[in-house]
Amino acid sequence: MKKLCVALLGLVMAGTAAAAEVVVYSARNEQLIKPVFDAYTQETGVTVKFITDKEGPLMARLKSEGQNTPADLLLTVDAGNLWQAAHAGLLQPVQSEALNKNVPAHLRDPDNQWFGLSVRARTIFYNPTLIKPEQLSSYEDLADPKWKGKLCLRTSKKVYNQSLVAMLIAQHGEAVTERVVKGWVANLAAPPFPDDTKMLEAIAAGQCQVGIANTYYFGRLLKRQPELEGKVALFWANQDGSGVHVNVAGAGLTKYAKHKDEAVKLLEWLSSEKAQNLFADENMEFPVNPAVKPAPAVAAWGAFKPSVINVAKAGELQGDAVKLMDRAGYK
Amino acid sequence: MIGAQLQLDAVRVGYGGKPVVTDVSFRLARGEIGCLLGGSGSGKTTLLRAIAGFEPVMGGEIRLAGRVVSSAGQAVPAHRRGVGMVFQDHALFPHLSVADNVGFGLRALTRAERARRVDELLALVGLAEYAHAWPHELSGGQQQRVALARALAPRPALVLLDEPFANLDVGLRERLSYEVRELLKNSESTALLVTHDQHEAFAMADTVGVLADGRLQQWARPYELYHEPVNRRVAEFIGEGVFLTGRVRADGCLTLELGEVVCPRERDLPVGAEVDVLIRPDDVVHDDHSPVTAVVRARAFRGAQFLYTLELASGARVQSLVPSHHDHRLGEAIGIRLELDHVIAFPRGGEGAHQPAPAECSVPTYRL
Amino acid sequence: MLSRRRLLPLRVAVWAVASLAALPLVVVLSSLLHPETAVWAHLGEHVLPELIGTTAALVLGVCAGVLLLGVSLAWLTAVYEFPGRRFFNWALMLPLAMPAYVLAFVQVGLLDFTGPLQTVLRGWFGADLRLPEIRSLGGAVLVLSLSFYPYVYLLARDAFASQGQRALEVAQSLGLTPAQGFWRVALPLARPWIAAGVLLAMMETLADFGAVYIFGVDTFTTAIYKAWFSLFSLPAATQLASLLVLAALTLMSLEQWQRGWRRYTPTGRSQVVRRRRLTGWAAAGACGFAALVLAVAFVVPVAQLLIWAIEVAPQDLDARYPAFIGRSLLLAVLAALLVVGLALVVGYGERRIRDRSTMLAARIASVGYAIPGTVLAVGVFVPVAWLDNGLIDVFGLQTSAVFKGTVAVMLLALAARFLAVGLQPISSGLNRVSVNQEQAARSLGAAGATLVWRLHLPLLRRSLMTAALLVFVDVMKEMPITLMTRPFGWDTLAVRVFEMTSEGEWERAALPAVALVLVGLLPVIMLTRTAEGARAAASGYAGATVTEVVR
Repeated sequence: MKKLCVALLGLVMAGTAAAAEVVVYSARNEQLIKPVFDAYTQETGVTVKFITDKEGPLMARLKSEGQNTPADLLLTVDAGNLWQAAHAGLLQPVQSEALNKNVPAHLRDPDNQWFGLSVRARTIFYNPTLIKPEQLSSYEDLADPKWKGKLCLRTSKKVYNQSLVAMLIAQHGEAVTERVVKGWVANLAAPPFPDDTKMLEAIAAGQCQVGIANTYYFGRLLKRQPELEGKVALFWANQDGSGVHVNVAGAGLTKYAKHKDEAVKLLEWLSSEKAQNLFADENMEFPVNPAVKPAPAVAAWGAFKPSVINVAKAGELQGDAVKLMDRAGYK
Repeated sequence: MIGAQLQLDAVRVGYGGKPVVTDVSFRLARGEIGCLLGGSGSGKTTLLRAIAGFEPVMGGEIRLAGRVVSSAGQAVPAHRRGVGMVFQDHALFPHLSVADNVGFGLRALTRAERARRVDELLALVGLAEYAHAWPHELSGGQQQRVALARALAPRPALVLLDEPFANLDVGLRERLSYEVRELLKNSESTALLVTHDQHEAFAMADTVGVLADGRLQQWARPYELYHEPVNRRVAEFIGEGVFLTGRVRADGCLTLELGEVVCPRERDLPVGAEVDVLIRPDDVVHDDHSPVTAVVRARAFRGAQFLYTLELASGARVQSLVPSHHDHRLGEAIGIRLELDHVIAFPRGGEGAHQPAPAECSVPTYRL
Repeated sequence: MLSRRRLLPLRVAVWAVASLAALPLVVVLSSLLHPETAVWAHLGEHVLPELIGTTAALVLGVCAGVLLLGVSLAWLTAVYEFPGRRFFNWALMLPLAMPAYVLAFVQVGLLDFTGPLQTVLRGWFGADLRLPEIRSLGGAVLVLSLSFYPYVYLLARDAFASQGQRALEVAQSLGLTPAQGFWRVALPLARPWIAAGVLLAMMETLADFGAVYIFGVDTFTTAIYKAWFSLFSLPAATQLASLLVLAALTLMSLEQWQRGWRRYTPTGRSQVVRRRRLTGWAAAGACGFAALVLAVAFVVPVAQLLIWAIEVAPQDLDARYPAFIGRSLLLAVLAALLVVGLALVVGYGERRIRDRSTMLAARIASVGYAIPGTVLAVGVFVPVAWLDNGLIDVFGLQTSAVFKGTVAVMLLALAARFLAVGLQPISSGLNRVSVNQEQAARSLGAAGATLVWRLHLPLLRRSLMTAALLVFVDVMKEMPITLMTRPFGWDTLAVRVFEMTSEGEWERAALPAVALVLVGLLPVIMLTRTAEGARAAASGYAGATVTEVVR
């Protein structure tokens, strides 16, 4: 029996002790990361093992595994969760010239515990058959009573809206932001939607005239249903002020990473010029690296001025934003 | 018969267009207890279910108290027939107490009336102290009586009992069958039961019908069935007995295989024909002075009597009921003689119900 | 009766199974030691009051819905003969193979303002036409009822098939109309089975997050997810989840208490059932109703999924699919066997020992089903990681995992979640084995394991198959536990569905979803065939014994 146990343990260890590899816990889904990791393996010979799940379970996992975690990198699709992971002591700072160069300061952790790898812009969409773009200006403006019964929003339970409101709090403070959110709720044409795509379809169908969504949903929708071209259009919000709200998909090095050097190399590679398009284009997102141009289809939406508040704020203020939205009755 | 409580005329029932029983006719007078006796698959339960209203009839008519309740293409629903039924497995409601089971069919009564009727019935079946018990707490016999009380409670025009004792052990069966008969008679119920057990049928019923080969072979008092079976099927089914081969003589009497001569009362059998003569165990008497001997091949102790299986010289076997103080060993040869009250003979090769009427003999016995 | 001492091994076994199921609960409940006052204050003030009302309304609504659909369809197919009955008999179980959130997404897609129905209607009646909002409490009740009614259908049909016709006849012989007979006899008699099905549906409703999210209906699970994912307080989330545990225990105790001392053992042998033939309008109505439910709950959504799946298949259908299907099947089959085995231990122990502590153990073993899967997944993961860490530290192992990420742990976690699903049909099935039968068997020298093997297993065959089928299908659809405990690279069909839906790519999720439905469908058909065969064989056997008695 004892011998058998030892033999089994040996087997397990043999399995895990393979040479050059990086282990990733990823909340970004498989079809978006696998091509990128495959390319990395092809280029460097380093294998990338990964497991996907939601952020919450992945962090609970890291926490309970403690120093025995197999994970080297935590990859998420928003800054809030990365901020939270750093805050909970699950990550460690990385000092890397390349990362500092490739990732603009407002898209990474001030303590360098995590780095944005692609930009997700959340802006205004409208139905051009019903309104003119001149009528639009900012997120805040959508709280104006003139939009009563014309606004569609996604549910407040989605982290993208929580980040947006967190950024509004960072800019205006809670009191003003709460007024804005209450104004949105009062203007709703339909109960909040479960996802951005459904909401964009509602705009195209004329159920409402204007709404807020991430740009890649728009890109995906038009790719799948080209007939909606002309029924729903993109408007870059807050161009006269703070700029379009952006969030990042990004990654951080875990505190107890076993393959620290390999993991940092992978991070650097992901932010590099050759990998950025691979990482961002698959989901029609924007590269973080300023030296890299977005995919042609994405570039066609035009240049825009992004908000330059550090995305870490989104994490810091996410709890407040959620509570504020609850108070305002935004479901 | 005027005033028959239950009357069946040429009833045919079956499933999926295939008749199971055909051409069944009988009557049951008010207060009478009838019984349908038959083996497994004889269609007795099907017939009972047709009377209850659970199966449609394919032909003929069923009347209850003079009213047609079933005929081809039309039927009074079961719940409007006023027919109570005791099911083979008792089918007590396990979620209701004994009293609630008995009172279940008494919906038209007030609460007080219902309670009185339930008490009355529980007293009748001797279970007054079990009113608040649950069915699973009762013995099989007690469940049986609750099922009967439940069926009797709404004072049905007819009570049907489907193999009422099949799930009980043999000792209980006999005792209960007398008890149930008393209960039915005391409550002046008209009842029809089905069973495969002739002892049960004879103990319970005033009139018994034998169902075989999809037909009602005979509908008669138990005595007649035993002593005057109308055909070979009935003769085989009722009681014990064997057939001995005989040949019809010119005078109409029969020579049995062993040289014995018996004379049927009616002498219309074709001369020279081979016939089968029914010999019941009580027709064969032990007689040490008899010239005919037979060898004991098997014996079964029945308390007051032995049932011997005897082998004749020809190899044919008969059975004999002998008082139990005549204790013979296996292999012993004993003297026997026939003591036939009446001769029941069926022509050879004739089968089923289509054979000619049986010959009967009122002549006293002949010695072998 | 056996002495208490001889029951001890059984008692230990029951508690061992209950502890396995209780382990994640302990993690959940231990959160109560770390009060999260700030989160609670916020949720208590702004979120919970409304949520509790909505949750109650949703659970009661689904309860009514599954009762209505499940009982009526079970009654029709078990007691009557009508055109298509043999088909509907098994086909009506099919919605089981479809995850509730997938059905929800498809239904919302079809019935929402932007969906084809409303678009066509607007084309006919003008752009101002507004139908009742599908993304509402009513819509959620409707779709969850369509999703969960098979639990009630499956269990109630078993009960009706064995005693429904008989109950009707007894009632009719006592002067009740068939309708009265249904309400006063058949329905009360089938109660343990119906209650078991409803309980499963209610627990799954309590635990559901995906479907209510799509309907925008905020329930208790919404608060749990909000506390965890948005306010980053896992303790607060698990504290909320422990309230769900309490609610589930209360529901189960209520049912038990209400049932009281009644027994549901039929007091005799049941007979061969001959279904009543419906004709004319009644037959058309029965057939139409069954067809409508099947169409809305299964055919139309699957057709929609198929259309999407065919669209994305050239791009997404790759060589890995056989492996996904293989793993899904392997996991579901193993979990079904494990759960049925464990549930048999608990159900049998509950029946034989019959004391308070054993009943409590049985209930504890069941509550895992009422907790949102993600919370339970953490509840499983934490102790396993703790154990692994302990082993690694104590023995100085050069590894990051011992048990973690093994299929064995996955199976145990799934068992902890789905024990209730196996236990409900089995313990209601054990109800049907009479004490007399047990005593008869015991008098013939069968006891303990022999008794279980020779008497209970054959008598329970249908219940065991029902239990296995339910667990099988549930595991196929299961997501959070599979995600959290699977070995690296060990993706299943459900994981594929997750990958696609997590970024809102529902059309691409259709491919794995369709595969999941198809693979889940086969055993449904197969098992129904076997079950029908078993019933025919059983009735043939009953006939044989009668013949023997006659001879």
